[in-house]
Amino acid sequence: MTQPVSKTSVLAGMTSRALVIAGLVVIVAACLPMVLSSYQVGLATEVLIFGVLAMSIDILAGFAGRTSLGHGAIFGVSTYVVVYATGQAGLSPWAGFALGVLAATAVASVFALLAVRTSGVYFLLLTLALGMIVWGVCLRWTQVTGGENGMRADVRPAALMSHSAFYWAVLAGAVIVSFAMWRFVRSPFGLTLRGIRDSESRMRSLGYNVPLHLFIGFTVSGIFAGIAGGLYAMFNNFVSPSTVALAQSVEGVLMMIAGGVGTLFGAFVGAAAIIVLENIVSSYTERWLMVLGITFVLIMIFAPEGIIGKLRAITSRKVR
Amino acid sequence: MSLFQLLNGLTFAALLFVVASGFTLIFGLLRIVNLAHGALYLFGGYIGYSVAVKTGSFVLGGIGAMAAIAAIGFVLDQGLLRFVRGNELRQVLLTLGVAFFLNDLALVIWGGDSFTVPIPEMLRGGTRVFGTFYPIYRLFVLGMGIFVFVGLWVLLNHTKLGALIRAGVDDAEMVEASGVNIRRVFLFTFLFGSALAGLGGLMGGAFLSLYPSADAEILTFSLAVVIIGGRGSLVGVGVGSLLVGLLNTLGQVMFPELAYFVIFGPMAVLLAFRPLGLFGRAT
Repeated sequence: MTQPVSKTSVLAGMTSRALVIAGLVVIVAACLPMVLSSYQVGLATEVLIFGVLAMSIDILAGFAGRTSLGHGAIFGVSTYVVVYATGQAGLSPWAGFALGVLAATAVASVFALLAVRTSGVYFLLLTLALGMIVWGVCLRWTQVTGGENGMRADVRPAALMSHSAFYWAVLAGAVIVSFAMWRFVRSPFGLTLRGIRDSESRMRSLGYNVPLHLFIGFTVSGIFAGIAGGLYAMFNNFVSPSTVALAQSVEGVLMMIAGGVGTLFGAFVGAAAIIVLENIVSSYTERWLMVLGITFVLIMIFAPEGIIGKLRAITSRKVR
Repeated sequence: MSLFQLLNGLTFAALLFVVASGFTLIFGLLRIVNLAHGALYLFGGYIGYSVAVKTGSFVLGGIGAMAAIAAIGFVLDQGLLRFVRGNELRQVLLTLGVAFFLNDLALVIWGGDSFTVPIPEMLRGGTRVFGTFYPIYRLFVLGMGIFVFVGLWVLLNHTKLGALIRAGVDDAEMVEASGVNIRRVFLFTFLFGSALAGLGGLMGGAFLSLYPSADAEILTFSLAVVIIGGRGSLVGVGVGSLLVGLLNTLGQVMFPELAYFVIFGPMAVLLAFRPLGLFGRAT
């Protein structure tokens, strides 16, 4: 608040240095398709999509103090709706995408209604149980979801067929969405969420409507998870129950934690780390879930502050 | 709902009770939400299956499953969870990692086929219950559920260990300050709760069969039971199991494809009014 106005007014409160760094990162990211193989461009696209998912989880975990294990389901609902709307119902990809985000938002608001009264471990358990219910429905409701076999549809618009064109579209989307999320957590509303994270009772006695703030925070986070899910539908042209499974939520949370809780943009670092790891592991063995489990355990024991936080701690120790 | 379906609901509730009572004991006393509980159930089922097939004895299968799962519980508690004591979130996420690991390990060892634990000779076939023909084995499961409930009730309310556990649920620090080695009580509870998951795996494996995603399903049901019943309350688990078991059966009869919603509805209503569950107490 005490920063001089001249330094922060460049672009909606971003300092000029942060703006330069952000611009450089985006330019480097935009140049990637020129040096990478088309397979690697696919991986980079995946990193962006899952980075957005991890960021949406970070809105709640890092800024409202509530870790959700149900965001994979919100993400997956959007994927399901997009694939169903374009494949089965014959809508255009854009209409399907809009419907998917809408559906994810609706699911998120239902989750939010139930979950805002809880905190800590109970919040975790409840979101986990709700996510499992979505997974159960997708698995069992075979007439609509295709059950275990899933559904296939050509969701990706014709203009974005090539790997690089789609990558650039996703990059543009990710930049816009990241900026929106960054604004969201820096807004007075976001500050209120942070207040709730630090002391719920104090915020309540100051007259803030805590459940309402959490409800809106959760729903907004669901919109972003839904956008990620819709992009994933276009990326994959396919959806199956594993897209809404617990593993999806867990991967999202792991990416968020690996990148650093509350860092927001760290989510992309976390997503890159986990996706690269997944691909290296998968080229040697089929036991990715086992490695994911072990990674989770190791991070929880040795680096709960995330990769960036850990590196920062190590380097600062060396400097001293 | 016919008597047959009512009995189905009750036997499923009995199985849920055996699994979820272990879950809630650990949750209530140690404050650890063990999300690997479902994986322990599945592992117990598979190990019980292997032992029962090798030795031809259902009882040995049960003992094997409980012993093996208690051993895994020991490694989990002493080998991993000790590093993250006192931090609820890290504990939960760590057990989740373990759940993934165990689930995948089970896939490596037993493959993706589904198995059914062989039912012993004397429990095969059916019998008449109030004019309805019903499988004896499922009645046995119902009996086991009641037996475990009574056993736990006696243990918690009429033994010294039970008194320590109850005191620990209320205030672990005070118990420790009065000269009791609460760590040992904690460890016992963790092993015992894990063993109950193993026993549940064997019991459930004989009528629900065992397959790679069975752990996630049973975990969801256990979570629903604990969320409805409240943390660390034996009566809560009993009532929660009955509710979830009966509602699940009702749901499967009326809306087979959306059975999950039928559990979810009451859970939602309940949470709106009692966030800590029916019998949960704030601490």
